[in-house]
Amino acid sequence: MSPRPRPEPVQVIKQRRDAALRALVGGVPYIQFMGFQFDRRGDELTAIMPYDDSLIGNPTLPALHGGATAGFLETTAIIELAWQALWEDMEQGRLDPTTLHPTHLPQLPKTIDFTVDYLRSGLPRDAYARARVNRSGRRYASVHVEAWQDNRTRLFAQATGHFLMPERSDPPAHG
Amino acid sequence: MKAVTPQHFVDSLPHARAMNMRLDEVSEGRCVLSMPYDPRLVGDPGTGVLHGGAVYALLDTASGLATTLHPGSSGSTATLDLRIDYMRPATPGQRIRAEAICYNMTRTVAFIRATATDEDTTRPVAVATGAFTNEAGRRPRP
Repeated sequence: MSPRPRPEPVQVIKQRRDAALRALVGGVPYIQFMGFQFDRRGDELTAIMPYDDSLIGNPTLPALHGGATAGFLETTAIIELAWQALWEDMEQGRLDPTTLHPTHLPQLPKTIDFTVDYLRSGLPRDAYARARVNRSGRRYASVHVEAWQDNRTRLFAQATGHFLMPERSDPPAHG
Repeated sequence: MKAVTPQHFVDSLPHARAMNMRLDEVSEGRCVLSMPYDPRLVGDPGTGVLHGGAVYALLDTASGLATTLHPGSSGSTATLDLRIDYMRPATPGQRIRAEAICYNMTRTVAFIRATATDEDTTRPVAVATGAFTNEAGRRPRP
């Protein structure tokens, strides 16, 4: 029996994963326009919507615009779904993240429907969100998203949505 | 004092202004709000189709405005929930138009329906249903 190969250095792994996430997020103009960011711990993603005056929908309160909050939650759900597929391909060596480029990205899931519950008004500060994929089939996926600001247990919005998954074909072998 | 027209109201919402929303029609409990195609709002770089979040923001703004245009409105509202069904991708390059109707109003809650189309007005891009707050019924008694 040949000995088990040595694990890759941690920095190499981190660089590969971060590059894949950057390529995924950096390729979408709307994400750049809204200023959304993604924080990664292992495979867990936390989306961040840094506060900006242009996100306000009620200037008297002031409160975040419901549309900005919805766009944030929908983006969190889509990136989580795409990231899970990407992660699997990357970890099993089916995909080389260095080939990812804004013009050559995995196809993103398409939203079928999306329902947002507004639990309290969005304060003029940073917001965070995490998505949980409750069901992911070959064609359809169901995702729940929670968003909070200062306090993780006091959600200011939550959402559920259904998504159409892109056709999965085995990536061509490198050659 | 300068009269506050509904378009002034839309312009006073920073997020609506950031997306260049324009108020095209208003009537009791109803409005039509539109926004131009903007490459910065693209969600799918492969096709140039607008992100769902941008269409959502337009429908949400139109819905809130339709609520305040209802005769039973207190003038201030917030979204309780809004569900959007995406029927088809909006055609890149075309203006998006959202028509919202507040079809029922109680002392505390407004119910709305809204439809978004592009230049092909026969096939909706997205439809929305939702509930909004109406603070009028909750004013403390004197």
